[in-house]
Amino acid sequence: MKKIFSLIVRLVCVLFVAAIAVGQTSNELRFCVKADPKTLNPLQVADDASETVRYLTGGVLLRVNRLTQEAEPELATSWKVTDGGKTITFKLRDGLHFSDGTPFSADDVAYTVQQLMDPALHSPTGDSFRSGEGKVLTSVAKGDRITITFPAPVAGLDKLFDQVAIMSARSPQKEKAVLGPYYLADWKAGSYLLLKRNPNYWKQDAAGHRLPLIDTVRIDVQQNRDTEMLRLLRGEIHFINSVDPESFDKLASENAAVVHDAGVSLDAEFMWFNQASKSPLPAYKQKWFHSTNFRRAISESINRADLARIAFRGHAQPGVGPISPANKVWFNTNLHAHPFDQRSALQRLAQDGFRLQDGKLRDSDGHNVEFSIMTNSGNKNRERMATMIQQDLSGIGITVNVVSLDFPSLIERMTRTFDYEACLLGLLNNDLDPNSQMNVWLSSADDHQWNPNEKTPETAWEAEIDKLMHAQAATLDLQKRKQYIDRLQQIAWEQEPFIYLVNRNALSAVSPSVQNAHPVVLRPQVYWNVDELSLRSEVASAK
Amino acid sequence: MMKSALTIAILLLASVVTACLFANFLTSSTYAHQFRDIPDSPPSHQHLLGTDDLGRDRFSRVLYGTRVSLLLAPAAALLSSLLAAVIGGIAGFAGGWTTRLVMAITDLFLSLPWLLLLITVRALMPLNVSPITSVIITFALLGCLGWAAAARVVCADARSLAQSDFVLLARASGAGGFRLLFRHVLPNLRPILFAQFWISVPVFILTEANLGILGLGVAEPLPSWGSLLRELENYSSLTAGPWQFVPLVLLIAVVSCFQIVLHKQELPV
Repeated sequence: MKKIFSLIVRLVCVLFVAAIAVGQTSNELRFCVKADPKTLNPLQVADDASETVRYLTGGVLLRVNRLTQEAEPELATSWKVTDGGKTITFKLRDGLHFSDGTPFSADDVAYTVQQLMDPALHSPTGDSFRSGEGKVLTSVAKGDRITITFPAPVAGLDKLFDQVAIMSARSPQKEKAVLGPYYLADWKAGSYLLLKRNPNYWKQDAAGHRLPLIDTVRIDVQQNRDTEMLRLLRGEIHFINSVDPESFDKLASENAAVVHDAGVSLDAEFMWFNQASKSPLPAYKQKWFHSTNFRRAISESINRADLARIAFRGHAQPGVGPISPANKVWFNTNLHAHPFDQRSALQRLAQDGFRLQDGKLRDSDGHNVEFSIMTNSGNKNRERMATMIQQDLSGIGITVNVVSLDFPSLIERMTRTFDYEACLLGLLNNDLDPNSQMNVWLSSADDHQWNPNEKTPETAWEAEIDKLMHAQAATLDLQKRKQYIDRLQQIAWEQEPFIYLVNRNALSAVSPSVQNAHPVVLRPQVYWNVDELSLRSEVASAK
Repeated sequence: MMKSALTIAILLLASVVTACLFANFLTSSTYAHQFRDIPDSPPSHQHLLGTDDLGRDRFSRVLYGTRVSLLLAPAAALLSSLLAAVIGGIAGFAGGWTTRLVMAITDLFLSLPWLLLLITVRALMPLNVSPITSVIITFALLGCLGWAAAARVVCADARSLAQSDFVLLARASGAGGFRLLFRHVLPNLRPILFAQFWISVPVFILTEANLGILGLGVAEPLPSWGSLLRELENYSSLTAGPWQFVPLVLLIAVVSCFQIVLHKQELPV
């Protein structure tokens, strides 16, 4: 009896160890997202987790290569934009199937586009395509060609389809039937999502192996970034897509092979002064903030190199303008970050009647120059920048009060009461095409933060920007568009309605066990080539 | 044993208060100046506790931060104790529906989520205020919002005092309501108010620290224990230099000392 019991115990132990070994060597990629996806409908994606699921599961007609920033064929083998940017024709790949076996055809593309442009759906992805009033027409020819006609020209039309995951018109599984490398197999809310290899995925590598190379992807929901970092160090997850500078340095000190600084990203940190006509600020302060000389002087008094070196621990570059140097096509290379030059700043201020008396800057009416900069609490980098700006501006006699507010209060002041003086925030930018910044630069736009919803442009330079934005949206000629956008950057550099401070670097951390990972500056930094990623065995990578 | 602990606590509190009062003479640099060439540096002759992530002298910031927290927390405690004395004293002395009404308001106040209330009130304040004003506002808010628990205790004590023989005798001798309240009841509430004051001090210090950790406490560049503790809020603090833990050690030591002193004060109550 004792022998049988002993045998059973040994057997259980062996099975347990074997189970652990299988678990550790299984071909499963693991990483974390901060929250559950808010939707599985690829057309309604507006949050980071949903975007992750869409990228990993969605099949798109073309994909912007995150490394080269060029559009490459996917479900479409070729495409052509015609009619001044109003029409695009795709030639589709033959013989493809959705993950549930439903055949893929041009009807699915037509169905997806109609859904995308349905006003009742309020698709954030669809908003990028809305260029004018009227219906979007689709016509299918020869079964493998589809032509989509928009009511007005859409700038950068082809690359916008990078965000449009094609849905099946006929599958009973609706949005769960996908054409991407993975499909959603399991989802435990608040805990994890499990994606499995799509058996009908069409891609193969150069050697003829079916892609993707990794069988499953497990996405854990993990809000705490410190825990995420610890899990990476313990080998429980394989990468962190975006790491803050502090954690980056910490990880680098423990294992330099894990961290990757892909260089300057599209994301920008900037500040602006409240120029809204509805603001309750006293007239003399409104006069300061409306002055180009004042804004330029503030800009020249900020040591951007120090901001990048200290607040971002060297993982950032001084900001230049609305387009980051990471945007290879659209950045105006003639522009450079404003130099740190407080003498020049004082000369500019003197032109507007400001004078330095007893170490304090006063305007022509004798008011001490003092203002507050608000930023969102909890963002250490922004709080650090604001404190550094406080010291920099004290060098020209300006008193700055730094205020950290919870985000809802900050938005309330920014968009409703306009009761603030200056604000320091950042912009996460996913889109390379500057047309996506239309909602910021048009003077009538809601997100024209320094003075939203102007009925008519209040300054000549804002009127010129309006014209440039409309002109670039109305032409397909890339050279002309580039000229317009270069001019826009020039005006933004001269007038500084936004004082661009730094562009953050794209920082990520990847376990050495992940092969073929080439982190880039565009999202998703690490897994943009997920179908080509593979995993070395954990034991080998530990060695 | 208790006596020696009390002596040590008083000595430690006295030395901390003295050090922060004479911070100007003990430090070579101001708490706000950023030595940008040496951020995050370890202790040296120039910077006894090294520098913080912006290159500011940590020793100077600890001393000035202690001054802010240690001077204003008792001020806030005094304000809340006075409010508790007035509200609780009147409620307890008046009796009847007044007691029930005031205590219902007190209960409502106690049920409000403090931190959210503070965040909301802070968000409604004007933005362009100096750091000194912001710190005074923060602690004034703490004082104004922190009276409720103490008021309950005071009310209970005032009620028993109102029914005591000596108050009955004074009433029989013709003393009016105000005279009874201010001459006979409130002076006898002094020990309990004293205890409530000492309880509130560490509570307010910790609340300000919590607000600081949320980034909503004292405005930059003015230091406080809350803003100093923010350095330790993430994973990298696990491997931080020991000098970075000085604000935390000081906070624990001072709050513990207050508790020891408080315990001594409670004995005669």
